Amino acid sequence: MRSRIPALVSIAVVAAVISSLPFVLSDYNVSLVTQVGIFFIAVLGLDILTGYTGQISIGHGAFMCIGGYTTAVMSRDHNTNLIVTMLMAFAICFVVGLLVGLPALRLSGAYLALVTFALAVSVPLLPLKWSSFLGGRNGVQTSQTVSNLWVYVVAWTASAILFVLAWLILRGRVGRAFRAVRDSEIAAVASGIELPVYKTLAFGISAAYAGVAGSLFVLANNGFAAPDEFAIFLSLQILIGAAVAGLGSLWGVLVGAAFVGLLPSVSSGVPVIGSAHGQDVVFGAAVILVMLVLPDGVAGLIARLRGMTRA
Amino acid sequence: MATAESSRLESLRNRGAALGGGGGTPIVIVILVGVAIFLLVGSLRSVTFAQLTVQGLALGAVYGSLALALVLVYRATRVVNFAQGELAMLTTYIAYQLIKWGLSYWEAFFATLAIALVLGIVLELALIRPVLHRSVIAAVIVTVGLFVLIDGVVNWIWGGDFKFMPSPFGTKIYHVGGVSIARLYVGMFVVVIISVLLVWALFRFTKLGLGMRAAALRPAEAAFVGVRVEWMLAIGWGLAALLGAVAGLMAEPSQFTLEPTLMQPILVYAFAAAVLGGLDSPAGAVIGGLLIGVSLNLVVQYGHIGPLKITSELQTPAAFAVIVAVLLFKPSGLFGHQEVRRV
Repeated sequence: MRSRIPALVSIAVVAAVISSLPFVLSDYNVSLVTQVGIFFIAVLGLDILTGYTGQISIGHGAFMCIGGYTTAVMSRDHNTNLIVTMLMAFAICFVVGLLVGLPALRLSGAYLALVTFALAVSVPLLPLKWSSFLGGRNGVQTSQTVSNLWVYVVAWTASAILFVLAWLILRGRVGRAFRAVRDSEIAAVASGIELPVYKTLAFGISAAYAGVAGSLFVLANNGFAAPDEFAIFLSLQILIGAAVAGLGSLWGVLVGAAFVGLLPSVSSGVPVIGSAHGQDVVFGAAVILVMLVLPDGVAGLIARLRGMTRA
Repeated sequence: MATAESSRLESLRNRGAALGGGGGTPIVIVILVGVAIFLLVGSLRSVTFAQLTVQGLALGAVYGSLALALVLVYRATRVVNFAQGELAMLTTYIAYQLIKWGLSYWEAFFATLAIALVLGIVLELALIRPVLHRSVIAAVIVTVGLFVLIDGVVNWIWGGDFKFMPSPFGTKIYHVGGVSIARLYVGMFVVVIISVLLVWALFRFTKLGLGMRAAALRPAEAAFVGVRVEWMLAIGWGLAALLGAVAGLMAEPSQFTLEPTLMQPILVYAFAAAVLGGLDSPAGAVIGGLLIGVSLNLVVQYGHIGPLKITSELQTPAAFAVIVAVLLFKPSGLFGHQEVRRV
């Protein structure tokens, strides 16, 4: 039986660091760490789907888009409490995720990647079509804006809650079923796991996480939701975060989220690279490098290091 | 020894033809003939319809060639190359640069195709090969990284603003019985179809093509009869990049400008085309491309579901709907082979 104490200690340390950062950092840097928190939620959601259930999605930006617009529209039209709109984003994206998960039942691997990619390109176009309701290219503005600190606190509180939720889901019966589906569908079915139920459930949970992330994403952007924010690049960022994290590790997620959340602004400070789109070059090169050198991402690296210290 | 080898190759050729050839059932052919008749009758009755059909065929040829590139890669390595569109965009920028350096359009065109071929081979060897054995997810993530990388490189070197290239076909307009057809569309269609036919001939009639088909369909047996499987797969990627370059170069004049997002919507249409035709069917990809091109063009003009008018913003979502519908009801597409799965 492995001791839980080291894990609990590291969680406590991370929590302490994150809650003390706003007192140390400048307002701008606080908003950067907020971005990390938002990506943490999205990457965590994708990890549940891809890392634990073995189903790829290149379309999580679409769910973030839906979540973000939920918050913006509810706030604009009904002045709904922003926290409540986040819960609504969670619920709506859960349902949409289940619906997307249904065709995904018959698909796997390359086909699923195709469908979700097309989804990610399609969804941000819908506000252009229904522009009177969804604001068109000009976007939707929430009725109230919030401070950087507010978003920081809410984003990391939500991260903590969703992290615990993910841990609870994954450690129990459902999580075992997810992993069984990932490792061998045939064996999973033979063990009495109902594939349709668990595959769509994983999609729904994963999409719900992305929805909350999208909602926070809009709030961090001064409560402004516009189609361009949710371009395909966002979906790719989430996938890259999950890849860097190493699929199937809750701890790697923090590193993956920090990678996608911080790299653009860190690299923009470096001469030459910082110019124009140099950061995308770094981004793309970094993820390819990670895939070539660290096949299991940061999580794999941690595991290897642990193995070395024990040996 | 030599005869033994050639007879083995012969039997492989037959099997390869059986595996890679047909697949289109009589019903599919009847449907396609029906579509053709519908388009012909429509074109004879309405000038607008005819013009949209011609334009749709030209655009569809572009989608088809990018779809064919995707299919070649998929057949060779079972990877969907998400960077295929960005790669095509990059090679179009290379052509732009060559023209700026003083080459004529067609000199630049052929130079770009050669560069694309080499680029495709190098990418496969350097980036895809090492992750190929690991998992589909790993390979997909590498192509996603490539997507971001190419996007960054192009924005870095050329910037994100519009660039203009000389038109390869001029601005002449033909008049065929009241229907005006831009020379541009005829040119696009012809160039793409010639490229596709050349690639098809390469696969069908040369020893290299035979080796490539063998390597894609039966890698172990192919290696057994002396086919250098790994090289064949790399060349498959190279040819795909070449076809992508054709698609990019022909997409540019239809958009009238060159910008880094040139191929992003076209990639989705090409996905739809490839899925509609069957992800492992080269002929299906091209036919799928033409079908998608024409129907997207017509649906914007005439399509509405109840009160919902389908406008140009809904073209990409419509392509998404096609992908989902095909995968739900006929996952193997019009010409693909049914994938046999355990479970």
